[in-house]
Amino acid sequence: MTEAIGGGSPAAAAPAGAPPAPEPVADERLANISLWARLLRRPEVGSLLGALVICAFFWTTTESFGTLSGIANWTDVASTLGIMAVAVALLMIGGEFDLSAGVMTGTTGLLLGLLTTEWGFSMWPAIVVTFAFAALVGFINGYMVIKTRLPSFIVTLATFFVFQGLNLGVTKAVTDTVRVAGLSDVSGYDSASKLFSNTFWSPHNFRLSVVWWIVIAAIATWVLARTRVGNWIFAVGGDANAARNVGVPVARVKIALFMTTAMAAALVGIMVALRLASVQAGQGVGEEFTYIIAAVVGGCLLTGGYGSAIGASLGALIVGMAFIGISFSGWNTDWRFLFLGVILLLAVLVNNLVRHRAEGARR
Amino acid sequence: MTRVRVVLLALLMVLGLSAFAVACGGDDDGDEGGSPAAKDDVDLTQGQDVTIAVITHGSGDSFWAVAKKGAEDAGKQIGVTVKYSESANDPQKQAQLIDSAVTEKVDGIAVSAPNPDAIRDSLKKATAAGIPIITLNSGAEDYQELGAITHVGQTETIAGEGAGAKLKEAGGKKLLCVIHEQANIGLNQRCDGAKKGFGGEVENLQVKGVDDIQTTLTEIQSKLQSDDAIDAVLALNPDIAIAARDAVKGAGSSAKLATFDLSGDVVKAIQDGEMEFAVDQQQYLQGYLPVVFLTLYKNNANTVGGGQPVLTGPGYVTKDNADTVAKLAEEGTR
Repeated sequence: MTEAIGGGSPAAAAPAGAPPAPEPVADERLANISLWARLLRRPEVGSLLGALVICAFFWTTTESFGTLSGIANWTDVASTLGIMAVAVALLMIGGEFDLSAGVMTGTTGLLLGLLTTEWGFSMWPAIVVTFAFAALVGFINGYMVIKTRLPSFIVTLATFFVFQGLNLGVTKAVTDTVRVAGLSDVSGYDSASKLFSNTFWSPHNFRLSVVWWIVIAAIATWVLARTRVGNWIFAVGGDANAARNVGVPVARVKIALFMTTAMAAALVGIMVALRLASVQAGQGVGEEFTYIIAAVVGGCLLTGGYGSAIGASLGALIVGMAFIGISFSGWNTDWRFLFLGVILLLAVLVNNLVRHRAEGARR
Repeated sequence: MTRVRVVLLALLMVLGLSAFAVACGGDDDGDEGGSPAAKDDVDLTQGQDVTIAVITHGSGDSFWAVAKKGAEDAGKQIGVTVKYSESANDPQKQAQLIDSAVTEKVDGIAVSAPNPDAIRDSLKKATAAGIPIITLNSGAEDYQELGAITHVGQTETIAGEGAGAKLKEAGGKKLLCVIHEQANIGLNQRCDGAKKGFGGEVENLQVKGVDDIQTTLTEIQSKLQSDDAIDAVLALNPDIAIAARDAVKGAGSSAKLATFDLSGDVVKAIQDGEMEFAVDQQQYLQGYLPVVFLTLYKNNANTVGGGQPVLTGPGYVTKDNADTVAKLAEEGTR
């Protein structure tokens, strides 16, 4: 109803690649944009700056931060956060929020745990079911947002609460405690761990989730920069009506983004469940804001249409470095959130400045 | 326009500087090669003083503030460095904090273990690296299997049973047990224990928690209003207990109130007769003792507890001894 059904419509808003032929003569009507200016207009600038400063700070002030084992520690923290931040960044570029992203990591982990320890599934089929479930939840989120035209903030807040209640209620009803344990005894646990949650490069023990994170960030960056779908995502977030008018399947793009976020949450939920061999009913609650913070620090606008996956990854890296760096420094951890707040504010200020600059030039 | 350019230029300079600093930092550290002489110096001085990491699942509430103070006081008094950190009840974060303590090669790790499965792998790495472990607060059933020297805390079920029995003694017929953290098994064990000790009807109520006292208060109050058979309330945290006290007042209920753990406000409420008693697990000791024990282990190869847990509770604070405790609670050590 709300969109022209025109999936692979030939009127794709922007070409997929194919740069135009280079002009041989300089055109005096075109402004000469310096490399610096172009560099500074990237959405990642704020987060890159922040990441470098924080890295330099902890690297020089603590002994362990710069060692390989130390790097393994903070990339570990950043990785699961980063996977979610990238997915949430795509969604935010597409102009929507998903407040259920945090609780979904718990829901999917619990589902995996219950399927395997209580309902007789072995690990791999349970993982498939978990991903399918997440895709369904993402679809429902997206469909409700499109159909009701309510802000996604409200719709996914409802989903958030629904799952927070379900997580606790179902877990308690089935297991009589507030966690699902014993995943390590399930058949297929070892092979699943090899793919999702083990470590590599002993004795530093880097997490496999770091590799997943880098791969996912790379794919997301490629999609955003080089594909038609990427252009669609920017278009629906920038101006949904204009995008629809040029034939972008707005509803489908947005629903797909919600599904991506939910499935990223499933991936993280599975990773955490396998790593800890148990899942707590409260897992992931409250994390959704950390994802959004990472994406915003990484240059995403709350209004949509602008942002980057690399920036979101850098945002996640900042949170990870701060978390472990503060621990290494032995600072009073009471102040941790102050630190995060200041970083968020600074990164957003830089982004704001840069965006004004970029828009000013575009006129 | 020029102003913007200046600002951007300044930003760029910071960027350049920080990149430079990173490069320098890398040189200094030199994971393999580097300058071995400088590294030896650092290691030598580190060998002389002891660093103990205390990693709990707390979230900065008044209960954990006292345990933290205990750990820090112990560090000051016996002259060791204490690094206290909290995971806010997130098991993954706690595992990551343990990993980082292992990376730092601390001399001992004191850790609360509300979810032993989640931190087992990380603690294995610690024992493999020769770092001694003591569990505190939660983990009385699992400390041996986790490879800890001993456990410092109270047994939740026994403490709950005692509280239930005392509330029955006070004349309670129907008990409301208020659970304030979703995923903390210890709290459920307390309520189970209370059920055993109380004998009568016991209902558990899940509330929002210490992060949102106002909502918690409303939740307890509406529960009391909807069921006036409830004549006893057991809170499991001092902040929640104060909310429960206000809820009892607000609902016009005459339910008898008791709580786990102390704060200045709780002691005052006991003095004023608004609360029956508080079960005190003396969490100051749970921060203090592991630091001392681990230092003794490090310097003198002593093991405390003889393979048994070291119990810090339950003790009861009633109107009789409230005055003594009041002064100490205000100082943040009870």
